[in-house]
Amino acid sequence: MSIEIKDINKKFGDFVALEDVSLNIPTGQLTALLGPSGGGKSTLLRIIAGLESTDEGTVHIEGVEATHLPPQKRNVGFVFQHYAAFKHMSVAKNVAFGLEIRKRSKAETKKRVEELLELVHLSQFSHRLPSQLSGGQRQRMALARALAVEPTVLLLDEPFGALDAKVRKELREWLRRLHDEVHVTTVFVTHDQEEALEVSDEIVVINEGRIEQIGSPDQLYDAPANDFVMSFLGPVTKLQNKLIRPHDIDVFTSGEVAGAVPGEVVRLLRVGFEVRLTVRPSGADTGHELAAPGDADEVTVILTRSHARELRLDVGSRVWLAPNRGATMVPVIRVVSSA
Amino acid sequence: MASARLREPAGVRWTLRVITIAYVFLLVVWPVSLVVKYTFEDGLTALSTSLSDPAVTTALRLTALVAVTSVILNLVFGVGISLLLVRYEFPGKRILSALIDLPLSVSPVVVGLALLLVFNPRTGLFGPGLSAAGIEVIFASPGMIMATVFVALPLVIREVVPVLEEIGDEQEQASRSLGANAVQTFRRITLPSIKWAVVYGVVLSLARSLGEYGAVKVVSGNIVEQTQTATLVVESKYQGFEQSTAYATAFLLAAASVICIIVVSILRPKESS
Repeated sequence: MSIEIKDINKKFGDFVALEDVSLNIPTGQLTALLGPSGGGKSTLLRIIAGLESTDEGTVHIEGVEATHLPPQKRNVGFVFQHYAAFKHMSVAKNVAFGLEIRKRSKAETKKRVEELLELVHLSQFSHRLPSQLSGGQRQRMALARALAVEPTVLLLDEPFGALDAKVRKELREWLRRLHDEVHVTTVFVTHDQEEALEVSDEIVVINEGRIEQIGSPDQLYDAPANDFVMSFLGPVTKLQNKLIRPHDIDVFTSGEVAGAVPGEVVRLLRVGFEVRLTVRPSGADTGHELAAPGDADEVTVILTRSHARELRLDVGSRVWLAPNRGATMVPVIRVVSSA
Repeated sequence: MASARLREPAGVRWTLRVITIAYVFLLVVWPVSLVVKYTFEDGLTALSTSLSDPAVTTALRLTALVAVTSVILNLVFGVGISLLLVRYEFPGKRILSALIDLPLSVSPVVVGLALLLVFNPRTGLFGPGLSAAGIEVIFASPGMIMATVFVALPLVIREVVPVLEEIGDEQEQASRSLGANAVQTFRRITLPSIKWAVVYGVVLSLARSLGEYGAVKVVSGNIVEQTQTATLVVESKYQGFEQSTAYATAFLLAAASVICIIVVSILRPKESS
């Protein structure tokens, strides 16, 4: 185990940021800390880095007790959301910073900086100042800077949060490939479930200072531990008082299928290749109270455009809804916050 | 066009301009130019006679000593206090911040009197003890330096604090996580970022320190050729019917301040780029 976190508690005044958090992060993997803003995931990352102290609990990095070590003695690389580029230094100087602090020879530093700039595709920008780079380039520079000191763990705090959607997607793929090349234990914080599902080997879902679930992206998506994890990892709707993903619902236009919920299409919205239906169940038939218009009991269904065409669906169509075979369903226990 | 609508009528614009120019001319340009005019009335004689007057030369040397020492003290403590105010949370922080502005609002004469109360060799709080140990504060340069430091205290801090707040602490955290300790982080990351603010603050404090009169007069005792600074010489020479010497010394003080202002205006565009 590369990072062992035990019984961590952290408060900011009256606000409980982390409550009894224990977590083991395996060596060489890419782990995502996923959760809504203010849930404590960044605080946990900063505690691992030593940029924040714990009230209680311990942190071990590669077997070394690190709870009270200052950040400069932990040998971790940290990448900030807003890059934290050293504005008065060139790109090459930024990357060389950690090596110069460690008093490596000039030749060695130069060679290593060249290698890293090659790795992050910034070789031709080595003499520029950070202000002359785009956001994506700055973040790649920050990554190279963090990797230069050969950290035992690489920590990234919402690394792509300040970038536009397209660059974010590119960097995401690039981070995955980089990790496959470098193999340094990496932990990154994100509130974007798509980012976490796409990039990481393991996801830790954190909400309100507690860990909700730990698992691989597939485990979390297919077997969410509770309704929070279910709703945070993707769109959900309610069918027969259970949470279900809108694309896991089968739509029938004729005939009574056993267990299907009858209803009427009240809205139909086409977005690109998919069609989003809002279906109001006919209350009498389901045994529930008749749902008022706009009630949360309306069911959202997502179909492909061709499928919707084939069924000749339109506003006012009468339909029957049933869960797919193999659909993930979670009973509703508490109020679901929209993710 | 928004800019066209915002424009005042030509009459109003011209009236405002004339008022401003007249105001600055009557208050600043005219009086200062008169000092220059009287200094050079007989060519360079006034300057050369006053520069050969030991009272003037000692005063100039003392002014330089007092000003440079207090600027150095204010530089070190100013940057330190700025870091404390911006980067750390502690009880009483807001009171400290308010206290730092005190020298701007309190009359320098009051500052001088207060120092006199604390360090007076016979009746002061610390005075007798220090005097017994052979350290003279009042009527000597330590007291004058203290008074000047007090008066110029806010200038460095008020320049550096906003810049520190603006740059934030992420760069410093990044530096720490890359292995740099506190001193290395300050020297390599913080200091280059606040460099121009520090320079600007130093120039302002230098100008202020050179020109201090009230506080220094109270604590110095105004002893000719011993504790008289340039500003005090100007006053005493003027009262002692040596107007030309007074004008020449005043001219030198004004020239130093003008050089400070020019330095600042050259630095300013660099600061913003």
